[in-house]
Amino acid sequence: MSTTTAPVRQAVRAAERVAATRRHVSVGETLGQTLAMAWRAAKKMRRNPEQFFDVALQPVLFTAMFAYIFGGAIAGDVQSYLPLMIPGILAQTVLTTCMVTGVQLREDMEKGVFDRFKSLPIARIAPLAGPMVADLLRYAIAATLTFAMGLLMGYRPGGGVAGVLGAILLAILTGWSLAWVFTWVGTIARSAGGVHGISMMILFPLTFLSNAFVPVETLPGWLASFVRINPVSHLVTAARDLANHAQVSGAVAWTLLACLVVVAVFAPLSVRSYKRHI
Amino acid sequence: MSITELGRTAPSSGTEPAVLAEGLVKAFGDHRAVDGIDLEIRPGEIFGVLGPNGAGKTTMLRMLATLLAIDAGRAEIFGVDVAGRPHVIRQLIGVTGQYASVDEQLTARENLRLFARLQRIPAPSARRIAADLLGRFGLEEAADKPIAHFSGGMRRRLDLAASLITKPPLIFLDEPTTGLDPRTRGQMWDTIRGLITDGCTVLLTTQYLDEADQLADRIAVIDHGRKVAEGTPDELKTMVGASTLQLMLAEPGEVPAAVEAVRRGLGSEPVLSPEKGRLNVALDQADMAADVLIALRTAGISISSVSVAKPSLDEVFLALTGHETETEETR
Repeated sequence: MSTTTAPVRQAVRAAERVAATRRHVSVGETLGQTLAMAWRAAKKMRRNPEQFFDVALQPVLFTAMFAYIFGGAIAGDVQSYLPLMIPGILAQTVLTTCMVTGVQLREDMEKGVFDRFKSLPIARIAPLAGPMVADLLRYAIAATLTFAMGLLMGYRPGGGVAGVLGAILLAILTGWSLAWVFTWVGTIARSAGGVHGISMMILFPLTFLSNAFVPVETLPGWLASFVRINPVSHLVTAARDLANHAQVSGAVAWTLLACLVVVAVFAPLSVRSYKRHI
Repeated sequence: MSITELGRTAPSSGTEPAVLAEGLVKAFGDHRAVDGIDLEIRPGEIFGVLGPNGAGKTTMLRMLATLLAIDAGRAEIFGVDVAGRPHVIRQLIGVTGQYASVDEQLTARENLRLFARLQRIPAPSARRIAADLLGRFGLEEAADKPIAHFSGGMRRRLDLAASLITKPPLIFLDEPTTGLDPRTRGQMWDTIRGLITDGCTVLLTTQYLDEADQLADRIAVIDHGRKVAEGTPDELKTMVGASTLQLMLAEPGEVPAAVEAVRRGLGSEPVLSPEKGRLNVALDQADMAADVLIALRTAGISISSVSVAKPSLDEVFLALTGHETETEETR
């Protein structure tokens, strides 16, 4: 079979196309592509509402469990434990939620559609950052439910509405930043199960070796020194100061700095390992 | 392994080839999946890459499409270096994979709009382009249904539509009809033929000789990561014969006598199959089968079964490489 074609016309057209190509993706384009990817992730969330179960159930379950189990032992009674514990649960739920980001990215990357994303002239960071933008909704739900559950159990935050909103915002921002760690894990692990395993190893020490549930003073010296540099401790302290006293303490600055460092390190690492991924 | 060069070398018309590859190599550990392939594809042609599973077709295509790093050799697309400027290459190509590369959780329309938006097409135009493509590929009715309910043929069409959003001058099609039923396959062929009237150059891989024959202007045959032949479908078929007479002898021991009889009767060499007592004779015309049968009757050799078939990929490979296709695990 032979087809009649017009080689000269083809060549001209192809040459025009080559001349019209752009060498780099601009920052504006990167943002637009990230938002398009966020739109995709949001559509998927709407179609699979069951993936909100964890963010909805965990704060409710953990708040009740931890309050009644540790309340008496640590603070004398449940009521006086709540101001200490609610910001701790806030940090814990947000961290668990960002682990899901990594697991879902890994599952997503197995699919054929990621091949197409790779073959498109788009910023390499967009397929990674897009879902994270949509995940902001998850952090917001988890954080709000934690406080709602606390209020139901009798927690009366001294920082008022502004203080609580400040704590929620800080938690969302920290969740988004730390999610880059799990996104990176998502790009290097071989399977979604692997991401889950590795993430748990990171998550447990980070949450429990912090001041989230117990006062630092009760810990042995070597442990206390780790707890004091743990960024999760800073988040918990900052959230306590905001929610309970409407106070913007130095811990806020430390938390933001830690977020910045995490993003600066893990965003480029994630993109690099995503590019290398076959 | 020698390279049988059948095609004429491309006339230097002063225009850039759509694809130019020199000594492409991809190794996975010790296994060289692509082992030094040269290609030159002219603008506006459909170029077929034919080979069995595991021959290195997909790996080669993924290297050209910037999805895999090139280990050795070099490739250019419309004169642009593939390894050096992947971002520019990605603006010139459309890739349709072996497995549908669309988002299963979005609808067909949403998929097309997403891919359009990602490629700097403003929302209103993206909506219009999506509607146009859905109409053109007969997907209007299913446009807003989840892709999970799509048939294999519909998925492939959507996948191809997604590759055409920016009207790229070069389209890669990786086994576009593998796994489709014959009717859907025919529809897909029509669609692919339609592409070149739009001015696209097409590089397609396939395991089917008839598909390459139906669609391609020129064909490269790939085996074990190397090119074993290149030419127009007619040139390849002349080499293998227009059809094949498949004989099964009643007495496998009579094979040497049968070979001798065919040689005398037809003047051509039959190809022995590994199957005991089976031999294939390439025929320039199907009615020459009678000559062979008469020659065998005269020699007193009896036959247990006989059939005339179009040459299959197996026969092409037997003729070109002297061994049958071996199915290997693809990468």
